[in-house]
Amino acid sequence: MSEKISGAEALIKALLAEGVDTIFGYPGGAILPVYDSLYDYTDRISHILTRHEQGAIHAAQGYARVSGRPGVVIVTSGPGAANVITGLSDAMMDSTPVVVISGQVGARYLGSDAFQETDVVAITQPITKWAVQVRRAEDIAGAVARAFYIASTGRPGPVVIDIAKDAQIGLTEESYRTVDFIRSYNPHPEIDDVLIAEAARIINNAERPLMLIGQGVTISGAEDAVTALAEKAGIPVGATLLGLSAMPSDHPLYKGMLGMHGNIGVNYNTNRADVIVAVGMRFDDRVTGNTDLYAPDAKIIHIDIDPSEFDKTVRSALAINGDARAAVEKLLVAVAPAGHKEWCDSFDTCNAVEASEVIRRELNPGTPKMTMGEVVSRISAAVPDNAVAVTDVGQNQMMSARYFKFRQRRGLITSGGLGTMGFGLPAAIGAKIGAPDRTVCLFCGDGGFQMTIQELGTIMQYGVAVKIVILNNNFLGNVRQWQNLFFNRRFSQTPMLNPDFKAIAAAYGIAADDVNNRSELDAAIDKMLACDGCYILNVNIDETDMVFPMTPVGKAVDYIMLSPDKVFTL
Amino acid sequence: MTTPKRQLFTVTIYSENCVGLLSQVSSMFTRRCINIEDVTASASSVPDIHKLTLTTWADAPTMDKLVRQIEKRVDVIKVFLYTDDDIVYQEIALYKVDTSKLLAEQKLESIIRHHNARILEITPEYTVIEKSGHPWETEALLDRLRRYGIRQFVRSGRVCVTKSPVEYVDLYLEEQKLRQERFSSEQNPQ
Repeated sequence: MSEKISGAEALIKALLAEGVDTIFGYPGGAILPVYDSLYDYTDRISHILTRHEQGAIHAAQGYARVSGRPGVVIVTSGPGAANVITGLSDAMMDSTPVVVISGQVGARYLGSDAFQETDVVAITQPITKWAVQVRRAEDIAGAVARAFYIASTGRPGPVVIDIAKDAQIGLTEESYRTVDFIRSYNPHPEIDDVLIAEAARIINNAERPLMLIGQGVTISGAEDAVTALAEKAGIPVGATLLGLSAMPSDHPLYKGMLGMHGNIGVNYNTNRADVIVAVGMRFDDRVTGNTDLYAPDAKIIHIDIDPSEFDKTVRSALAINGDARAAVEKLLVAVAPAGHKEWCDSFDTCNAVEASEVIRRELNPGTPKMTMGEVVSRISAAVPDNAVAVTDVGQNQMMSARYFKFRQRRGLITSGGLGTMGFGLPAAIGAKIGAPDRTVCLFCGDGGFQMTIQELGTIMQYGVAVKIVILNNNFLGNVRQWQNLFFNRRFSQTPMLNPDFKAIAAAYGIAADDVNNRSELDAAIDKMLACDGCYILNVNIDETDMVFPMTPVGKAVDYIMLSPDKVFTL
Repeated sequence: MTTPKRQLFTVTIYSENCVGLLSQVSSMFTRRCINIEDVTASASSVPDIHKLTLTTWADAPTMDKLVRQIEKRVDVIKVFLYTDDDIVYQEIALYKVDTSKLLAEQKLESIIRHHNARILEITPEYTVIEKSGHPWETEALLDRLRRYGIRQFVRSGRVCVTKSPVEYVDLYLEEQKLRQERFSSEQNPQ
């Protein structure tokens, strides 16, 4: 019989068995035994002490999104667990594999309103893929194995293991076995070849096919298959926000981003396509606009690993349940070569209007103050090909998505479904730790940056070399834009009085620069990228700048505003 | 667009027998603001598998989506959606009535026979009558007994069996067993 170990040590050994080498976390009373055990394993597991539990989970999300491996978070009970709620919800929406381990009060105190007790499993169940409470040391290893299997397979998502303090202290035998089968959960649905043949028939008969790619392409590693399918069958491609970088921005068949602030070609032609092949995307309302007016002429072929996405917002003619890569590879064999040249060119005609009416103005505004688009565009041109763009939420996010050129996979990390302000800074930290060889550049606004600004302390402590670009307009810019367009220019609670960000950077020992004039921008960017460590570039942005094109809420996807008073027509 | 028609659905959910399952399921209804009319939870005929039966008024497209979202939960094995035509269903009710009033009218025998009910207990104070049947039958007896003074009345949630000759849960479990065998042979090829 092997020597007994504590539940806490069993947890650490289970994490090692799952290949974990990095943990983001924050200690506290109910998780102290785990932290005590971790002390013996610092040579094999690096623990990043963030400055807030929200920072820990967003960092874990950034780490997971850039690497494809589950991000691991350890927090204490009560407030510690409650502070990861936003990140869990965000990870659930954006299918991010995250394993959160929370301490819990001793099993005998459960339900007694003990100090720092909160009902973590009940609170997190609706916003996680799986949540479980462990009350005995011998159940820890099994729960960890199950958690990693669930988090990382099928449609990935966040899981929570809530471990009572006495389970951490109690003794158990070492008994780790990975999980690869759960009766009630099948993450590898078999793809129906009859449906593949039918999909191929529909695609082969199409005159105006369009492929919409989402994050499922990235998660399943279907990038090559998708590009090959587009090239073989002559299908132009649009990407959702989270699908960006799955196909290089400069590929001739890549026609732009979908949705509210996407590119005109793909949005306008969504309502002209006769066949839509949707791969690993979920027809979010920001993508579809008014669903009653969405893709009226198109037979939709929907490929997704999650069958609950079929017909949820948009009805499909054919639903193929399975792994995106496997399905697209099968489809690739089955389709006939085609060109659709005239149809493909029609996207470029639309995009040319966008270039002259929107992009030219954004990149060369002719105003003394700078725009977000020109800053993102200059930085995109200056960073190496392997760069990862991380964004916060709002105008900074849309401008980054629109003006950053993606050249390598997993090149954009952004909070899509939940739209979590404050996501950017900690996610960038996690991304840099998950991909130390890539340049990680954060684009954030002055608002979102200050929501998790405390994580500058984490950057200082661990020397995380993130490039931080504050697109600073002293406003909550995206809310201001909506107030400008839809609320009679009543800028209710959107102006912000900001601190001296350069002085704050200095307090953390982080190099920084303010850019107030366009003439200083290029040199400032070069200086930032030449710097070895973290760098904060605070750029003064014109607060009147707005993100266009824009499809207002409730309008059809092809109703596209080019400016406050001009709607797109061909 | 026309609003889809609302109708009564019976949802049966087979799941692992784990803490918090009912709460996971009910929150799916809550977030769509759908009221659960009644609910029954118990062990199923398969060891370790739990069965929930609940009824709700909703429209078919919403229920289709809801069912898939419930089925997506890791601990849920299989979910079935039925209308009344698909199932044989039943509920049970208990009525506690004032004995003296009940006996005064001398109609007890005809009530019991007519409603196919039975008497569980008689004391000088009260009589407990049991009735199982469809909801309207429960209510018909309730109406009939009102004049004698209902001291307590309770009715269960619905239980049901399908009219289908195929037992889909058994099929599903067999498939999963095959999946596991296939998986382990792939992992450890002989």
